[in-house]
Amino acid sequence: MSAGVDLDAVSADFGKFRAVDRVNVSIQPGEFFSFLGPSGCGKTTILRMVSGFITPSEGAVRIGGQDMRTIRPNQRPTALIFQNLALFPLMPVWENIAFGLEVRGIDKQVRRRKAEELLRLVDLPDSADKAIAQLSGGQKQRVAIARALAVEPKVMLLDEPLSALDLKLRQHMRAELRTIQKRTNVTFIYITHDQGEALAMSDRVGVMSQGRLQQVGVPQEIYNHPANGFVASFVGENNIFAGKPGAADKGLARFETDRGSFTARLGPGVSSQTPCKLYVRPEHARLTAEAASGNAIAVEIADVAFEGNFATIQARDSDGRMLMVETRNDGAASLPATGRKMNFVFDAERALILADDVPAHGRAA
Amino acid sequence: MNELLRRYGMPLTALFSVLTAFWLLILVILPYIYLFEESFRPYLPVTEVGGPNDTYSLNNYLAAFKQPSDWKLWLPLAWQPLIMPVQAPIHVQVFVHTILFSSLTTVLAFVLTYPIAYYLAKIANPKNVPVLFLLLLVPMWVSEILRAFAWFIILALKGPVNYGLIGLGVIADPIRWMTGYNSVILGLIYVYLLFMLLPVYNAVQSLDTNQIEAAEDLGSPWWRTHWRVILPHAKPGIASGSVTVFMLAAGSILVPTLLASTNSRWFTEVIYQWMFESQDWNTGSAYAFMLMILCTVFVSVVMRLFKVKLSDIAK
Ligand SMILES: Nc1ncnc2c1ncn2[C@@H]1O[C@H](COP(=O)(O)OP(=O)(O)OP(=O)(O)O)[C@@H](O)[C@H]1O
Ligand SMILES: [Mg+2]
Repeated sequence: MSAGVDLDAVSADFGKFRAVDRVNVSIQPGEFFSFLGPSGCGKTTILRMVSGFITPSEGAVRIGGQDMRTIRPNQRPTALIFQNLALFPLMPVWENIAFGLEVRGIDKQVRRRKAEELLRLVDLPDSADKAIAQLSGGQKQRVAIARALAVEPKVMLLDEPLSALDLKLRQHMRAELRTIQKRTNVTFIYITHDQGEALAMSDRVGVMSQGRLQQVGVPQEIYNHPANGFVASFVGENNIFAGKPGAADKGLARFETDRGSFTARLGPGVSSQTPCKLYVRPEHARLTAEAASGNAIAVEIADVAFEGNFATIQARDSDGRMLMVETRNDGAASLPATGRKMNFVFDAERALILADDVPAHGRAA
Repeated sequence: MNELLRRYGMPLTALFSVLTAFWLLILVILPYIYLFEESFRPYLPVTEVGGPNDTYSLNNYLAAFKQPSDWKLWLPLAWQPLIMPVQAPIHVQVFVHTILFSSLTTVLAFVLTYPIAYYLAKIANPKNVPVLFLLLLVPMWVSEILRAFAWFIILALKGPVNYGLIGLGVIADPIRWMTGYNSVILGLIYVYLLFMLLPVYNAVQSLDTNQIEAAEDLGSPWWRTHWRVILPHAKPGIASGSVTVFMLAAGSILVPTLLASTNSRWFTEVIYQWMFESQDWNTGSAYAFMLMILCTVFVSVVMRLFKVKLSDIAK
């Protein structure tokens, strides 16, 4: 059982400050949807509007098509996993998990059985009678998930639940969350400021900045076709060139910078009047020894970091500015030596001219 | 101690230690030892003190168990006393009433303060909390006597309460509010309310608000959230407030004297009578120690019952 969530031009104001500004998105039943954005961009506020702890100042939240305006948090078919988990430290593990069932007046034996069942699901058998303080970070995490699943929510809301864990455990829990989501087929709305996490786990990602939704799309779309400069630079690395776009032809345009003139693909909504920049991903650039025509910048290799399956090369142009190139290790090609003079080249098709336009946090209307 | 030495050096540390020791020994421990010793000796004319009759015995303590009489219990808001089916020595009756109504005072003080504490800790805008606290504290600047006496006026037969109720047509004739222990309990609650409010507020305040929201998110109605999440968390604060209010109430002399009715007697008044009306400090001391010891035992038993540890309260 799962339900879709519609955010219909939802805004949230704190006094004069607009924390969430007219966010529009339809999340499908059973979807794993992530909100990705930097700290303070309004992610938690969105989640709190869906769970009912904040009333939108404008717009509507619908769950399974039903308007939630008058529905209290304890009546909504959602379960929220808090940023700090908020487990009840004075109850043993099983009572934590069964709390939602206790509320519904379910028998103690049934509750206990259900809690043990859920503990097996999250791979924590034999912990039913432990105290919360006895658990490790990852185990607490699982108890929080089990507690939320116990009420059989139609929508699970997760507020950066993995941020407190170490890298190894985080990767493990990502996979686990994904498995649980697939197994239960509950709609997951996941919040994170970690782009890798969002791309790896989600069916779709919504990228936010300063209260506004910048782009919604499947992970590849977000990465390969960012809607604007903010999305491009928040998701993944870039070499960024300031300049002005010139005449366009079939989506390709000249882009004049102080390092020369390049050809690149015009991003959505960019015209010659739009403030914009040129974005080239490190893995879309190459270093060549031969003189090159087209999109090329003369550089000197400054630093080579070999990471095993790939290498990151820092190159310095004639003005001393750094450019970054990432090459896959195919096991044959050798890496350039530091100090070597080379050319930084990129294809027009893989370079994007994107609008800067990141609407600032607005004032409440 | 080492920290003190490092910070202030030997002479100052020695001075601090001596002053603290002096305070404890001369001003606290010695008077108690003196009274404790007195409580086992008979009350004698000055000429016989130290004479052959001046021997140690438990007679002063046993004095409380003399004069059995009918037991009339004035319950709050009752216009007639409850006649208990047993006879008991009069001072035992007074003692039981003191414990009973001190407990009632404690419970009522908690019931009154918990919503206020919760409001201040979790609902009120944190910006306004200092002002609200100030408003609550201002009455504390007035002496306990005046505050208790204010109630004497308010509750008087021709006081504003009766005047107002008659004016509103709720009652036809003035009601005698100060019967039984009504006014004593009311006064004690009023005077000691803050001693409950502060620890309960601190305890509720220290609860992570996410816990309250988590409970609500899981479908919990407000009362269950209080019962299962907030109250258990606040238990040490509630215990500490309760012990304070109970001990202050049971040991109070001003309020029970000022707001007394013809039927209310407080154990401290009995002690006062022994000491200052009969001039019998020996029996007075014995009664005082009895009150102290039995209250401590009572509090310990209640704490055991509610599974509160002393270390929880000290936090
Ligand atoms: N109760 C509040 N009163 C006033 N401003 C608030 C309140 N809650 C949040 N804000 C503001 O709204 C903005 C969005 O906050 P929100 O908690 O949604 O950010 P977030 O994206 O979850 O950030 P983080 O990743 O740090 O958790 C922030 O600028 C924050 O200061
Ligand atoms: Mg947040």
